[in-house]
Amino acid sequence: MRNFYLIFKKEFKSYFASPVAYVVITMFLILAGYFFYSSFALFSTISFQATINPMLAKQVGLLNITESVVRPLFGNISVILLLMMPLLTMRLFSEEKKSGTIELLLTYPITDMEVLLGKFFSCMAVFMIMIALTAIYPILLIAFGQPETGPIITGYIGLFLVGASFVSLGVFASSLTENQIIAATVAFGLLLLFWMIGFSASLAGQIFGDILSYISLTAHLEGFAKGVIGTEDIVYYLIFISLFLFLTLRILESKKWRG
Amino acid sequence: MEFFSFNPSLNFLEVAIMIEVEGLTKYYGNYHALKGITFSVNKGEILGFLGPNGAGKTTTMRILTCFFPPTNGKARVAGFDVFEEPLEVKKRIGYLPENVPLYKDMTVEDYLAFAAGIKGVGSKNIKATVDKVMHECVLTDVSYKFIGELSKGYRQRVGLAQALVNDPEVLILDEPTIGLDPKQIIEIRKLIKNLAGRRTVILSTHILPEVSMTCQRVVIINDGRVVAVDTPQNLTSTIHGANRFSVKIDGPPQYVIKELEAIQGVEKVIKKDASASGIGEYIVESIKGRDIRKEIAPCIVNKGWALLELKPHEMSLEDIFVKLVTKE
Repeated sequence: MRNFYLIFKKEFKSYFASPVAYVVITMFLILAGYFFYSSFALFSTISFQATINPMLAKQVGLLNITESVVRPLFGNISVILLLMMPLLTMRLFSEEKKSGTIELLLTYPITDMEVLLGKFFSCMAVFMIMIALTAIYPILLIAFGQPETGPIITGYIGLFLVGASFVSLGVFASSLTENQIIAATVAFGLLLLFWMIGFSASLAGQIFGDILSYISLTAHLEGFAKGVIGTEDIVYYLIFISLFLFLTLRILESKKWRG
Repeated sequence: MEFFSFNPSLNFLEVAIMIEVEGLTKYYGNYHALKGITFSVNKGEILGFLGPNGAGKTTTMRILTCFFPPTNGKARVAGFDVFEEPLEVKKRIGYLPENVPLYKDMTVEDYLAFAAGIKGVGSKNIKATVDKVMHECVLTDVSYKFIGELSKGYRQRVGLAQALVNDPEVLILDEPTIGLDPKQIIEIRKLIKNLAGRRTVILSTHILPEVSMTCQRVVIINDGRVVAVDTPQNLTSTIHGANRFSVKIDGPPQYVIKELEAIQGVEKVIKKDASASGIGEYIVESIKGRDIRKEIAPCIVNKGWALLELKPHEMSLEDIFVKLVTKE
């Protein structure tokens, strides 16, 4: 536990010792802010027009702040995260492999599990800072409108789970190579694949299509954005996270196989 | 193993051996890096690990520090097998890898505190421990600097400091003095020498005087095999199987050689050089175990030549090393 904390602290500090975390967080907030602004501006224009045009007002959904601002916001943030998270995870193991520091780290009295979890949670901590900063948007909505708080909370739970999935896959990619660009590319490619794999579900036949849509990262996020906490979705994300953490652990352990 | 505990002398022997390496082999893919290395290190001893580049020094050290396992063979550190109980081994060693890989984005103090924490120094003692080791390695002045800003010599010292920070029983140092200036080299050697007795040290090097200065015993490896294990003194005197003397004589060289060769027990006479004045230096090799010095002196003096110098001729560690390594 102590070793975990020491690794966590070191990794977390090192995110902020270089400009990496600052740049990623800033770019993330610029993009998220832009998406929030554009959907909110659209919503207020439509609302304004609806006061003049009663026909428009009848269209359910357009005038619901949860439906037209909160829901797309979580969808957009998760897409930006998809692009940004590989940049945060790519250094975790690759950098240590390249600089050779992994040699010292692995000869310290510490288990692979402690190293892995320390690194995983340090990246999760940066990720939590990122999404905590987006809380300003729902706060603004609550200050100036009446959004439902339920979907906002479940939306954040969903974001947390999807973010953790991104990090676990990113850590895995980073453990494979000493080249950070390869680590980021592999992580990004796999994430995009898991993101879009459900798109072709309708063409793939009954059983195979079901499998494809079940393993898609996107499909399981929809419920959370609607305000539904589905056990199936939570289980899916937990399995996804543990699978890639488990694979990373095997990669680390493989160094110790007799060969 | 139960059997041994009844015999105090054997039990003592068991404790006294700190590092035990038996038939270690390592393959990197098809490359056969270690071809059965066997040696042991006693408690409190400084062992020099000597060999040309690519001989397998670093590979052996990486196995001892549990960075990777051997393909075959056994290695035990402080009684724990490196493959079966790596955590117990790691708790007892301090390791300085060859290229001194350190986190460049950490300050010296932060890094040493991190290393101390991970190596099990209690949180209350970390500050004191780090201060002590920084003082020992003369790092106090740079404690707030980032490691990335330090010069090679300072980085080397930070590497040594992290190895020493938990006061380990065993120190494994891969070329600890490389890249340092002469003054720093002397300081580091002194530091390592001071560790002897309390700690067991293995240090690898290809700088030969370093071995004769700091080490009590030397293991010479070449091409993945141990070619010699002995003290530096024994190595220099026994390697050539014959006694050699260096003699300086003022006299006509062709007659001097003849005269020397005529002495009973002399195997070979080699003329080293001659100056214009007729003073020549000769290497006289005798049969092993026979002291011919007593016969050389009267033989020269009786001829009316002057005997200027007579001393045993020792092969330097360099000569031995080259001889051992190029034997095949």
